[in-house]
Amino acid sequence: MAVTQICMTMVQKMLRERLCHHRAMGKLFGIDQQYKHLLELLKQTTVCGESNSALIIGPRGSGKTALLNRVLKDLREMKQVKENLLEVHLNGLLQTNDKVALKEITRQLHLENVVGDKVFGSFAENLAFLLEALRKGNRTSSCPVLFVLDEFDLFVHHKNQTLLYNLFDISQSAQTPVTVIGLTCRQDILELLEKRVKSRFSHRRIYLMNSFAFKQYIRIFKEQLSLPAEFPDKAFAQKWNSNIQLLTEDKTVQDILQNLFHYSKDLRSLNFLLMLAVSNVTVRHPLITASDLQEASKQYRMDSKANIVHGLSVLEICLIIAMKHLNDVYEGEPFNFQMVYNEFQKFIQRKAHCMYNFEKPVVMKAFEHLLQLELVKPIERPSVRSQREYLLMELLLDNNQIMDALQAYPNCPTDVKQWAASSLSWL
Amino acid sequence: MPILEHPAYPPATLLCLESLVPCRESQVSMLLSIFGERQQLSFPSIFIYGHTSSGKTYVMKTLLNTLQLPHVFVNCVECFTSRLLLEEILIQLQNHSSETRRASPVPCDTFNDFVRLFKQALVSQNLQDQTVYVVLDRAEQLREMEANILPAFLRLQELTDRNVTVILLSEIVWEMFRPNTGCFEPFILYFPDYSIGHLQKILSQNHPPEYSADFYSAYINILLGVFYMVCRDLKELQHLAALNFSKYCEPVVRKEAKERDTRKLWKNIEPHLKKAMQTVYLREISSSQWERLQCEEGELGQIKGLSAHAHVELPYYSKFLLIAAYLASYNPVRTDKRFFLKHHGKIKKTNFMKKHEKTSNHLLGPKPFPLDRLLAILYSIVDNRVAPTANIFSQHLYKDLLTLISQ
Repeated sequence: MAVTQICMTMVQKMLRERLCHHRAMGKLFGIDQQYKHLLELLKQTTVCGESNSALIIGPRGSGKTALLNRVLKDLREMKQVKENLLEVHLNGLLQTNDKVALKEITRQLHLENVVGDKVFGSFAENLAFLLEALRKGNRTSSCPVLFVLDEFDLFVHHKNQTLLYNLFDISQSAQTPVTVIGLTCRQDILELLEKRVKSRFSHRRIYLMNSFAFKQYIRIFKEQLSLPAEFPDKAFAQKWNSNIQLLTEDKTVQDILQNLFHYSKDLRSLNFLLMLAVSNVTVRHPLITASDLQEASKQYRMDSKANIVHGLSVLEICLIIAMKHLNDVYEGEPFNFQMVYNEFQKFIQRKAHCMYNFEKPVVMKAFEHLLQLELVKPIERPSVRSQREYLLMELLLDNNQIMDALQAYPNCPTDVKQWAASSLSWL
Repeated sequence: MPILEHPAYPPATLLCLESLVPCRESQVSMLLSIFGERQQLSFPSIFIYGHTSSGKTYVMKTLLNTLQLPHVFVNCVECFTSRLLLEEILIQLQNHSSETRRASPVPCDTFNDFVRLFKQALVSQNLQDQTVYVVLDRAEQLREMEANILPAFLRLQELTDRNVTVILLSEIVWEMFRPNTGCFEPFILYFPDYSIGHLQKILSQNHPPEYSADFYSAYINILLGVFYMVCRDLKELQHLAALNFSKYCEPVVRKEAKERDTRKLWKNIEPHLKKAMQTVYLREISSSQWERLQCEEGELGQIKGLSAHAHVELPYYSKFLLIAAYLASYNPVRTDKRFFLKHHGKIKKTNFMKKHEKTSNHLLGPKPFPLDRLLAILYSIVDNRVAPTANIFSQHLYKDLLTLISQ
């Protein structure tokens, strides 16, 4: 069946937006309870005027921001809420201290003109002024304000936790209905809050724990890749969807998904894998196959240190093997370059037939290359006093990694391989 | 049969691109398929790692320039503070469409301001419908800046809510970058090192027009034979190839050998390359000095590196001071009495060599010692009486010695 380029472009566009865009406007999987809870909470604020605070806690990639965005989107479509909710979005990565945060709040509430050049004594005064200004704008009652704090655990490190204290304080006491929602990946977030901040927090927590079983995971895989019914080219959409159904029943695909599921349950990793597979879809290759997914999975799970070791020169590999032997003999005690060079000399003199006896500065240069790649790291900072050859270091590769990398190393001289595999008996 | 194919770009451009990136076609085709068409979304952040001179920067630059994708290219070693980095990105974005470089940099202190200004710049440059690429070279420097810079860049697509992809290039693996509380994981791509065949192919492309390609390939073969075990860095090998080629051609120029006399050419060049490994490869002498030495046609033994010049003739007392310093730094203190006193008692054979002392002192390096000990050892090893006035003299010598040692 001939597939047109336009059709392919549409498929790519649709799937890429679904898999890569941060606003997952598609379905939310497995978090219906949390969705209802959050929606109720926000409805109370906007419709009934109650102040509230909550924390959404979950590991990275579990869907906290997606959940919040979805709830907000549905909320804005409700009749009673339309244009009745002011939102302020703060992010711990951007607002790194409270002054910046306050300016950002002013900006997002569009109150720069009102504040003008006023100088405030304290943070609390400034915040109160802002909320008062909102009130004056809307005559009868005050508009509810929603504060969303992304990367909440970073706000905890600001001086005196002023911003958090004031926000929670206002959410408990002020007349303007204010809701503070924090999103964080740290499970121990409550221990990081100061006592006075903690007491003003309502202790309402919503957990997103990636709590779905493997069967549901496969279903999610299928739904993420399926084309919707509104897709213009109906014939192609049907073919595509039936292909996806075949894939979910394929044993290799199930193995791949099982591997990924064991490694990381969150949907972000799944989306990455699917994105890799989707990017290979072209006019010549219009349907995803199991081998696409296998390639994507291999790409995703490469051992990066093994890759780096693959590209080292033979001299550098010898140095790594010398370090491995030193670690075996001295049980992981740190070594310095002089010791490694000594080991290398022993190898050259006794066993090597193919390795030329390189001069010490050449070996030093190879060693420094390993330092630059951070495969070897000094234990303490190099000071002016100690000479470079005697600085103590440790190797950041373990024995299994080294032996695996040696197997894959192209054209490895046999002496070197044998030396690596030898035990301490010939020392 | 062209290797690179993509619906969004004309095949002529792709063919041109293919000729510019030898031995890297599979990486480029993977990047092309990930980037997709101009307006399509892609991964929010991509992390590319690989050895030095495995082509990361070059391929990225060539790809973005040839296909004329809107991009910003910043080196994090040049812009080593966050302020310099953010301002540089904004300046490059503003100059994207205009040829002349505007003089006024936009002040940008924090990432908060950066996000706002970035969005404004995208609007003013009319780039809202295409993917904008922000490429940060030597990304390991980002770890040294403030803690929020790296995680914020990984999430730039989310923070600005625009179609932008951040690409990080580095030698160091991703595990060393990851912050403690985690971050948005980028898509990780590996640029494999060049195999010996690839190196041969790429190096042979630079052959000067006077000689045939086969002649130059034979030369490259010899060069790789000597240096491949030690170094696989393409840039180093290119440098060495360029420096030594004139010496290699000498027999042919002097009509002593034909182009195909590989044995004669090898005999001529081999000691030269070995010498090069000790000097130019280690940067002990500069390349211009090397070329001058080659022209002089002197004895090969005359070429000495920097380290050879450290052998100086010292005056009498300085020599003894040096020996005394050496003894003081490598002998443990308790053995001084036995070695340097004329009438010493017997040392009981206690098990005084503790476990950690079993490693030879020469492997652990010299240890610091007080000045008095040095002078005491000096007095005991010098045969004739050292006059006390010599003490003051020796202080001067000592200072000289310190300067010599610390070099």
